[in-house]
Amino acid sequence: MNENTVPLIETRNLKKYFKVKKGLLHAVDDITIKIHRGKTIGVVGESGCGKSTLGRAILRLIEPTSGDVLFDGKSIISYNKSKMREMRRNMQIIFQDPYSSIDPRKTVAEIIADFMFIHKTYKTKKEIWNKTAELMDTVGLAQRLANAYPHELDGGRRQRIGVARALSLNPQFIVCDEPVSALDVSIQAQILNLLMDLQEQYKLTYMFVTHNLSVVKHISDEIIVMYLGQCIEQAPVDELFSHPQHPYTKALLAAIPEPDISSRNKRVEIIKGELTSPVNPSPGCRFAKRCNYVFEQCTREDPPLINLGEEHYCACFLHKNESSRLG
Amino acid sequence: MRTDEKILRIRDLCVDYRTDLETVHAVNGISFDLEKGETLGIVGETGAGKTTTALSILRLLPERTGKVINGSIEFMGENLLEAPEEKMRDIRGEKIAMIFQDPMTSLNPVLSVGEQIAEVLVLHAFKDKKKDEIDARTDEVLRLVGIQPERKKDYPHQFSGGMKQRVVIAMALACEPDILIADEPTTALDVTIQAQVLAMIRELKERLGTSMIMITHDLGIVAQTCDKVGVMYAGELIETGVLEDIFTGSSHHPYTTGLFGSIPNLKTKTDRLSPIGGLMPDPTNLPKGCKFSPRCPRCMDVCLSTQPKDAIQGTHTIKCHLFKDLKA
Repeated sequence: MNENTVPLIETRNLKKYFKVKKGLLHAVDDITIKIHRGKTIGVVGESGCGKSTLGRAILRLIEPTSGDVLFDGKSIISYNKSKMREMRRNMQIIFQDPYSSIDPRKTVAEIIADFMFIHKTYKTKKEIWNKTAELMDTVGLAQRLANAYPHELDGGRRQRIGVARALSLNPQFIVCDEPVSALDVSIQAQILNLLMDLQEQYKLTYMFVTHNLSVVKHISDEIIVMYLGQCIEQAPVDELFSHPQHPYTKALLAAIPEPDISSRNKRVEIIKGELTSPVNPSPGCRFAKRCNYVFEQCTREDPPLINLGEEHYCACFLHKNESSRLG
Repeated sequence: MRTDEKILRIRDLCVDYRTDLETVHAVNGISFDLEKGETLGIVGETGAGKTTTALSILRLLPERTGKVINGSIEFMGENLLEAPEEKMRDIRGEKIAMIFQDPMTSLNPVLSVGEQIAEVLVLHAFKDKKKDEIDARTDEVLRLVGIQPERKKDYPHQFSGGMKQRVVIAMALACEPDILIADEPTTALDVTIQAQVLAMIRELKERLGTSMIMITHDLGIVAQTCDKVGVMYAGELIETGVLEDIFTGSSHHPYTTGLFGSIPNLKTKTDRLSPIGGLMPDPTNLPKGCKFSPRCPRCMDVCLSTQPKDAIQGTHTIKCHLFKDLKA
């Protein structure tokens, strides 16, 4: 893309290790990404691959073990608590579960206004309540619900509260952590449309964390595939879906049951086994144990993330350079 | 594998949940047949009545609140709703088995998986058999679902989610039931594990000739595993047909159209999804007339006052005023 402009969010060799009884759990292992203004980056992977931890580490809701996070070219990793709180006006998060992420004892309006009171964005209370009403309109919540409590609302409306709250400080960057996974398909589509409209309206930058590949394809410009804490493949959305290169990405795409009966009796390659433990991982490719193409080198050294051209990066020894990109 | 033998016949089934405060109309007059060796997919959103239907078949509705108020469920010619409890106990697990959605909560945490599988056998087909025969059969079904028999002494917490679901499937298949009811069997699993489990269910079903009811909200799973489909909305089957009717047919219930418009497609790129506006109606206070009318983009006057009847077009039925019977 435009290499010269400064990306809004950049991570450099970001790592997050958790200390557990048996050793170190490598939740996020050496992730370097750039997210450009107004774009959506999708992060996909199965449960336990570190995608949510990555989102939280970028916002420093979880303190990274090492590495750097840059916002608009400036490192935010050394910011102290109060300076970081100031920063969070610019970077917000929408959580997966609209049931546990909002305070059940506050009314809808109070929840949405909460952050504005904390950050004192407006001088008078009246201005804050006016902004709250405006936000409710933006996300499609009827004004009559202002004094309702969350338990009176369904999942879709609750998720709209989460969206309104995230928008209340006029952020530039929002981490959407599985925002539609808990919702039914017809409601899911409503929320996805809302998020896309808001992005256009406010020029928002999203990091969209999900395990649902069809959702991520719909909303993202670029996709990162994670496996056990590492980025194993990264490419623009159409490129990734039309020419997946890493054996794991291929298997992941093949595993989705498509709502199309013509593909019914197509024999797909199903990968064996399950996610190995992220605690003290052995050297070599993390996917080696499940991979159908594994060879000796894979269990000896870590495959580096190589540029295959077309802004397509892949960490697999099957691909040595640009010429090995399979059409 | 398909024959014209109807193994399960449900007519006009109505189920209510009654409490002192309100009555929830969960299932409102559904009818369908299941033939031997066939897989019926029931799709719908949360609260459509899918699970209630499954529980009614096994007579496992919550005792105090759940009431079947009308209809019949015939299994091999016998009305299960009138069967004595003892008879039901023979049927459950042996003739009709169920796989529940959440493998984390449907296993007993204090019994080893081997003991749990053996329990089904001791209660049913292997009642009078010796211990080593039961052991042998336990090993056999574990092998069938791809678990090494050595692991039968392990407890559920020692298994991963996908492996637990395999154990649940092993329990369901231990007595080689005639009907297998799978209630969202893969919703709690990751996609690669889901693919493994679905492939296994499909293969076992074909090998054993089991009829199956697959309850899911995922149209992809239906397309890949089922022969017939029923779309449920607010306790009614609003559209039924063979796979081709639902996925490639030209006429559809507006709700089915909405459901397909809501899912992002992996193959084609669309800028916007076309969701269904509004929400599912409150099951304690269902709209008069067509239950989908408040959300329907093609709603007419007649829809608000009269309940639509099934318009039958060959194998395809649609419960909507837009369509007329075409006796093909």
